Parts: sequence; structure tokens; C-alpha cells
Amino acid sequence: MILKIILIIIITPLVGGLLAGMDRVISARLQGRHGPSVFQPFYDVLKLTQKESIQVNTMHRFYVYASLAFIILTVVVMLTGGDILLAIFVLTLGSILFVLGGYSSNSPYNTIGSERELLQMMAYEPMVLLTGAGLYYADKSFFIKDIISAKVPAIIYLPGVFLGLIYILTFKLRKSPFDLSMSHHGHQEIVKGMTTEYSGKDLAIIEVTHWYETVIALTLVFLFFATSSLESRIFAVIACLLAYLFEIIVDNGFARVKWQLALKSTWLVTGVLGSINLIVLSFFR
Amino acid sequence: MNYVKKSPWILHYDGTSCNGCDIEVLACLTPLYDVERFGIINTGNPKHADVLVITGSVNEQNIPVVKQLYEQMADPKVVVAIGICAATGGIFADCYNVSGGVDKVIPVDVYVPGCAARPESIIDGVVKALGILDEKRNAMKLK
Amino acid sequence: MNIITLLILFPLIAAIAVFLVRNDSMRNVIVKISALITCILTLYVVSTYFKTGASLSFANEHVIDLAIISVEILVASYVIYTGIKSKCYLVSIFAAIQTPLIAWFELTQKAGIEVKSAIILDNLSAIMVLIVGVIGSLICLYAVGYMKWYHEVHKDYKERKSFFLSVVFVFLSAMLGLVLSNNLTWIYFCWEITSLCSFLLIGYTRTKEAKKNSLLALVINVGGGLAFAIAIVMIGINFKTLELSVLITLKPGIMVLIPVFLLSIAALTKSAQLPFSGWLLGAMVAPTPSSALLHSATMVKAGVYLIIRLAPLLGQTSVGRIVTLVGGFTFLAASLMAIAQRDGKKILAYSTIANLGLIVTCASIGTQESLWAAILLVIFHAISKSLLFLSVGAIEHQLGSRNVEDMNILMHVSRKLALYMLIGISGMFLAPFGMLISKWAAMKAFIDSNNILIVIILAYGSAATLFYWTKWMGKLVSNANNRNVTKKDFTLDEELPIFIQAVLIVIACVTFPLISKYALVPYLTALFKGNAMVPISASDINIMLIMLCMILLLPISFIPLHKKDKRRIVPIYMAGENTGDNETFYTAAGMTEKVELKNWYMEGYFGSAKLTYWCNVIAIVIMCTGVILLIRGLA
Repeated sequence: MILKIILIIIITPLVGGLLAGMDRVISARLQGRHGPSVFQPFYDVLKLTQKESIQVNTMHRFYVYASLAFIILTVVVMLTGGDILLAIFVLTLGSILFVLGGYSSNSPYNTIGSERELLQMMAYEPMVLLTGAGLYYADKSFFIKDIISAKVPAIIYLPGVFLGLIYILTFKLRKSPFDLSMSHHGHQEIVKGMTTEYSGKDLAIIEVTHWYETVIALTLVFLFFATSSLESRIFAVIACLLAYLFEIIVDNGFARVKWQLALKSTWLVTGVLGSINLIVLSFFR
Repeated sequence: MNYVKKSPWILHYDGTSCNGCDIEVLACLTPLYDVERFGIINTGNPKHADVLVITGSVNEQNIPVVKQLYEQMADPKVVVAIGICAATGGIFADCYNVSGGVDKVIPVDVYVPGCAARPESIIDGVVKALGILDEKRNAMKLK
Repeated sequence: MNIITLLILFPLIAAIAVFLVRNDSMRNVIVKISALITCILTLYVVSTYFKTGASLSFANEHVIDLAIISVEILVASYVIYTGIKSKCYLVSIFAAIQTPLIAWFELTQKAGIEVKSAIILDNLSAIMVLIVGVIGSLICLYAVGYMKWYHEVHKDYKERKSFFLSVVFVFLSAMLGLVLSNNLTWIYFCWEITSLCSFLLIGYTRTKEAKKNSLLALVINVGGGLAFAIAIVMIGINFKTLELSVLITLKPGIMVLIPVFLLSIAALTKSAQLPFSGWLLGAMVAPTPSSALLHSATMVKAGVYLIIRLAPLLGQTSVGRIVTLVGGFTFLAASLMAIAQRDGKKILAYSTIANLGLIVTCASIGTQESLWAAILLVIFHAISKSLLFLSVGAIEHQLGSRNVEDMNILMHVSRKLALYMLIGISGMFLAPFGMLISKWAAMKAFIDSNNILIVIILAYGSAATLFYWTKWMGKLVSNANNRNVTKKDFTLDEELPIFIQAVLIVIACVTFPLISKYALVPYLTALFKGNAMVPISASDINIMLIMLCMILLLPISFIPLHKKDKRRIVPIYMAGENTGDNETFYTAAGMTEKVELKNWYMEGYFGSAKLTYWCNVIAIVIMCTGVILLIRGLA
């Protein structure tokens, strides 16, 4: 068991980093460019660890490290088949610690980034909770190991919830049109948003945290397709990659929206798709 | 192994310029020249950047700004002065609103002449700067 | 005299002593000693009777009942007089109907009714007694220091500190009587006394606003009392019983449901649910100890306590459905409205209303899982909210302001206070603290009982909750510098209760599996006549304990890491125009300007002015639906 956990902790960021690299290559090709190598995110992180250590104030980086600790705990809970609601709550704790880090530097760009990040969290949180509730409804258990051992893939019962999840996946993967808080491409607007005052090793930790978060987001997609058979698990992995490809295309196709539209549209989508799906499901179960 | 030259992130600052060199720098980021294949990203943030790319000359108002941006960058860092205005002030060197080239304020590592400098020269200059970055990183390791 | 009776009566004796002694230092000593004795008595009573429970009846109950009636008549006369004097005739009408009704019932109809156990101490009342006794004593201790500087700052308010403190003790006595009584008329009496105490404390400062808000509180609470009185009369006449424990064993036919609905209305008014929330928001003008004690930790818990007791009757019935809807909708509406608030106490008030709504929802669903969640919510909310109120009071002392925007300098003015505040806020919504555990259990209970609408409401409400708490935390951790504020002392009287409560939060979180095993599961097993199950599995509890350890150890482990890693300090990024002090920058015209960072309030979406009206309308519609369902049941 300990070995399994250690493997999870080591392999997940590698997978996440590769996904980030694929993201950059595919975006580049969509834009008619050649793009960097697939391993570029790893070079980025390694370069950042070799930079001089500078800081704005003492406590600033504590939040980043604490955030990483809890995100790792989330990944461990999820990939060892644990309780999905617990995983969501630990993820919330990790994300909030990261937001607090943004506030603690008292810098204008960091603060705006943090407010927007909080708004994003408020926008997608209902859908995430409804996903957990929906999976419990469909598979009678909160435990991921039970959800992925069901006979029927959860998406048969939860098409609406799945579509809602894809909608908020854009928030979780930090892609346009919903990348309001720390967009990679938004430096004309709010510089780097929440990550503005970080540099060197701390920024490297933030990148690695994003890799873990990418894997967490795609695991949520995985849960909708996996059943006890091996073919379905392979198909679920392909579905995750397709969802990721879809998000990359959406990222390249849309501009960032204003926060009003982000909040309103997400709550509306959650309300309509998530609620109707669950209400219909509750009649049958 | 030094990874700095595999992933150089730039901060582009435009001083008193006609925006000619400025636009040529931005052209490098477009699909035609595509510097992202070297791992170059234009971050707008000195704390994230390795290479400070400066176009245009300095004047009394932006001397403290350039100094501050340079200070907020983490070592190892290099400065690339693009265009003749950034190097010496160019044809505007004697004007009352121009103090001179960038090296009046911060140490410059690579000068890319031209008016306006062409994207090919700019990319050449940045690649040269990457070599210097590598040396600075080795020097850092020894300290 | 039984120790339980002593526990109920002792604060009353203390109240008289406090009221009579006018010398400040002597009175403060009496208050502190009385608070300490109350706390010790509470702990003694609970530890003595915890295993076995206790059930008391009195030889001369008839005399006690007569005494109660006389006091009620006195109180009613005072209320009627106040109502007429302030031209708030509604409250006079309410009082004028209910007291004669109860008096008539007592003197005529009650003759044949036997009350076997007037006072019952079971697991649930033990928990409530602990909350009232321990937190109440801590708040009394805090009130001593607080009231001293309160009058130093507000020299225009008349000093009636002895009056204030004695009313607080009277309230403690009434509250203890409320949670320990099994006789409905006694509960009703204590209920009305707490309404009176609330009125007196809210109107303490005698300003126009205070008077208006205290009357609002009185009207709504006395209105609830009227519903309570009618319910008692109906139950007494129809079922020949006055005992709560007997009431909940009756079959939920229509003649039981109508008084239960009335009792629920009384509970909803006491707990400030929509559409009765106005009084709690207005009560925030009172000095902080009363806000902490009455309006978050204890008095408003009386309402939800009653609903928890009535849970077996609410369970699957139409009344239960209506109460669930009211509670759930209140949770959502109050959470949304809290986003647009800037006053710290207002945010806490809306949060209290929201959490009470959640408890009401859990309790009225009536399954064993949801009751587990409800009781746990009561415990954790009481501890966390009182800590927050006391801290906001202390912050007001230090900074002179309750506005959240002004709290960004708190880390520099009083680091300890900022930390306590952060612990309190985390305790309200973050894993692995208690409120999160309870919300988790609540969610599971809602899904298991097929209440999909409530699950959806909980999801949206939780999202709003995390927004307004985190942005407050953000203000607290932002190390803004301000050299203009002079540091005032954080007196021991203020700090000790806050510190103890912070410790209590952590202890309660760590020991909640034990609380569940020894207090909640036995109570639920007895109530549902079957083995009660804990909604959260053992493996999850283990992971949460791991999280708690991480949260405690991470800051400690950061210190040596930070000392080793020497870093160059750079200014924050202001596009290169930072003047060097990280607070001001150079503008384009060459002048310096200060950076101002404010949170988002989104008043256009969540402003209380707009939302309150429509939320009240929706709540009234829900209640009327309940009435219509009951009338249909009668037919």
C-alpha cells in the first residue's frame, strides 16, 4: 500500500507534465506553429528550481507548499479508490490555501487574481458537489473503488451531470474562456494574476501543483466511463484524452469572458443540466 | 545540467521608442518566426523572467522603472538591448528627452543593432544571450 | 436539592447578586466567580449523569406552576405596557392573547394531567447543557472586560453594566431550564424569558435604532410564543399530556400535526429563519457579548433544539417537508446575502441564519443520519460562532471598526487575534474541521433520503459560503502595513475566553469520533429503536485526522525550513513604479498614490436590499402552503 502511494505521488506529476506539454504542442499546431518539445514543461520546472531565491515576504510561499501537500493528499485519496466527497473537500482546502497565498502578498495583481480565483471556485463548486452526489446516486457508493467497479458506466445514468462536468472542466484546467485568475496568456490584463509575486522554486511548485490538478480533473471524467472490465477502463482513458483535446480546442477558440458571464452561465448550466439529471434519476432509483 | 537555456522566459520592456523594434520583437512570437519552439514565453512579469528584452532608449522617467524591473528579476538573468536606440540612443541620442542607451542604467549583455532590428537578428541575439545565461548559471553554481 | 435544580437556579441567584452590587470591581469579581461556578456545576452535572441519564419530578410541582404563571403575568404586563408605550401594538396583542390563554389552561384544564418527569437529562440535553454552561460562562468572563472599554469608547450610552450582566445570568438560567425541562409549560416559560432577555439586551444602548430593533425582536419572538401557547393548549386538551417525551411518541395524525406545525413556527421564529430573519440582523446593534451568547451560540439554538426533539414527528410528514423547505431555502438565501456584507457582525449574523437553516433542514428530515448531522452541527456551530463573535468584538476594540476592509492591518496590530480569527473562520467551513464534517454527513443524509432539491440547495449554498469566508480570511492574512493605529492591550479577560474556545474547536474536531460514539449514537439508537450508524466511514475519519495533524504540523515545520533558506527581498510588482514601501506607486503625472485593495461584494447580485424582499415572499408562500396542507388534512 505504501509503495502504491509513493508510486502515485511520483508518477502523477510526470503524467500531468506530459499532458501540459501535449497541450502546448497541440495549441501550437492549431495556430500553425511548430511549438516546443513535449517535455518543455519539465524543462521549465527544472529551470525554475535553478533560479535565485527571491521573495516578497516570509509567509508567502508557505501557502504554496501547504497547498501542494493537500493536493497530493487529494490525488492519493482519489487514486487509491477513496471517498470522492472527501477528495473534493481536501481539494477545496488545497485550493483555498493557494488563494490565501495570493492575498498574503498584498500585491494588487495577486489580490485581483485571488478574488477571481475565488469567483471561479464559487462558480464550479456546485457542479463538483453535484457530480459527487450524482455518482453516489448512480453507484450507491461514494468510494471510487466501488464507482469504477460498477457493471454499468456511470454516464448512462448521468449524461447531464457529465455535460455539466465538461463545462466546468474549463475552469479546473485553467483554460479560456474561464481562465480569469492566472491565465498563461493574460499578462496584458492582470500580469500573471495569482502567481505574479512568485518566482524560482515556489513557481516550480505551483507548476507541479497544476500538473496534479490536471490529473485530478481528468480522473473525474474517468469515473464516468470506467466499469469493472478492462476494455471500459482503456476506453475511459481515451475518453479523458478526448475531453482534454476538446478543452484545448475550446481554449484556442474562445476569448476570456468577463466574470459576470462566467458565474451566471456556470450556475445556470449546473442548475439546468445537473439538477434535471439528478431529479430524473431520483425517480428511477 | 543547466536548464536555463532550454526554457528562457522573457520580459519585454519598451522605453522611449518609435515602436518599430517593439513590433519586430512581437513578430518573433508570431507563427511566422515562432520562438516558442525554443521554449521562449513572453511573461509580463520580471519575477518570472530570465531575459530582459529592452527596446527603445531610457529617459529620466523610466530610469527608476528599468532599475526596478531589473532588480525584481531573479538570477541568472541577461539583458538584451534591441535596436540602436536601446544600444546608444540612436539618432535621438542628443535630444533633451533621451538620456541614452540602456547601459546607462543596467548592465547589458547583448546588443542587437538595427533600426528597426530584424526578427532574424533578434532571434540571433537572444540565442547568444542564452549562451551567456548558461555561463552565468555556472558562475552561480560555483558561488 | 438535586444538583440539576441547583444548576438551573444558580445563575438566577448570581443575577440578583450582580444586579445589587454597583461597585465595578466588586461586581466584576462576583461575575467571574459566578461564571466559574456555573461552568464547574455544568461539568459536574454532565459527568455525573452522563451514563445513566436523569429524570426528575417534583413533589410540589403545583406550587412551581403557580409561581410560573405569576411571573408570566408580570412579564406579559410589562410587554403589553412596552408595546403600547412604543406604539407597537402588535406585540401587546400577542402578549394579551397568549398569557390569559395559558393562565386559563393552567388553572382550569390542567387538573387531570399528570406530569411524570418534569426534567429529563439525556444525551441531547447533556450536550445542550454543556454548550450553554461552558460557552455561556466563557462569554460572561469576556463580557467583563468588554463592557468596560465599550463604555469608555461610547461615552454617550448610559452605563447600566450591572443590569446587562444580571440579564445575561437570568438568560443563562432560563436557557438551562429550557433544555432540561420536559414539561411543555416550563419550556414555554423559559422560552418567553429568553425572548424578554433578548429584548432587554438588544435595547441596551437605548438609541433609536436599538429600540426599533429590540421591538422587532420582541414582536417576532412573542408571536412565536403565541404559537407555542396555542400548541400547548391543543396538546393538553386533545392528548391529556404536557410532556415532550410523550408527545414525540404519538402517531402523527392531523390533530398532532397542527400543534407540531405551531411548535415549528415558534422554533422558526426563535431561530430567525426566513421570513422571520429580520430580528437577528437587527440584533447586531447590541454589544458583542449578547450577540455571541444569545444570537449565535445559545438562544437561537433553542429553536433548532425544539425541532431536533420533534424530529420523529416531522420525519415523513407534510409539516416536516415544509419545515425542510424553509430551512433549506433560508440556508441558500442567507449564504448568498452574506457575500454582499461588509460589516463583520452582519456577515456573522447571516452565516448564523444560514447554518441554523441547515440544522433545521437536517433535523426536520428526521432520518437517523440527518439527526446525527444536525446535532453535530449544533455543537460545532456553537463553538465556532461564539469564538468568531468574541474575536470580532476584540477586533472592534483594537481597530475601532468592524468593517472587513479595515482588517487587513490586523496581522500587524495584533497577530494573536488574527490567528484566532483565522482558526474560527476555518472552523466554519474547511475540512477537516467540524462544520465540514457535519455538512458532509448532511449531504449524505439528504441524498439517502431522496431530497434532491435540498442537495442542490446545499451545493449552491456551500459555494457561496466558501466565497465569503475565504475573502474575509484573505483580508486577515494580507500583511498590510499601517503605522497609524496605536496598539491597545488585548486584555486577559478578552483573550482567555477566546483562547479557550480556539482550543475547544481543535479538541472537538479531534475527538468528534468519541462524541459520536458516546453521545450521539446512544441517543439515536434509543430514539430510533435500532442500531444507529455513523454516516462517515472509519477510513474517512482516519484521513481527516491525518489532515488535522497536517494542518497543525505544517506551520510548525515551516519555521526551520524558512530559517535555512535565506532569500533576497524584492518589492512587489507595480509595473516598476513601486515607490519602495510596497504601498504606494508613482502615477503617470509623477505623483505618489496609495494602492487600495478591496474585496468583491457584488451588491448588484447579492445585495440584501433586493434579495430580502423576494426571499421573504418565497418563504411566506412556503409557509402558507403548509397551512393549506394542514387545512386539507383536517377536511
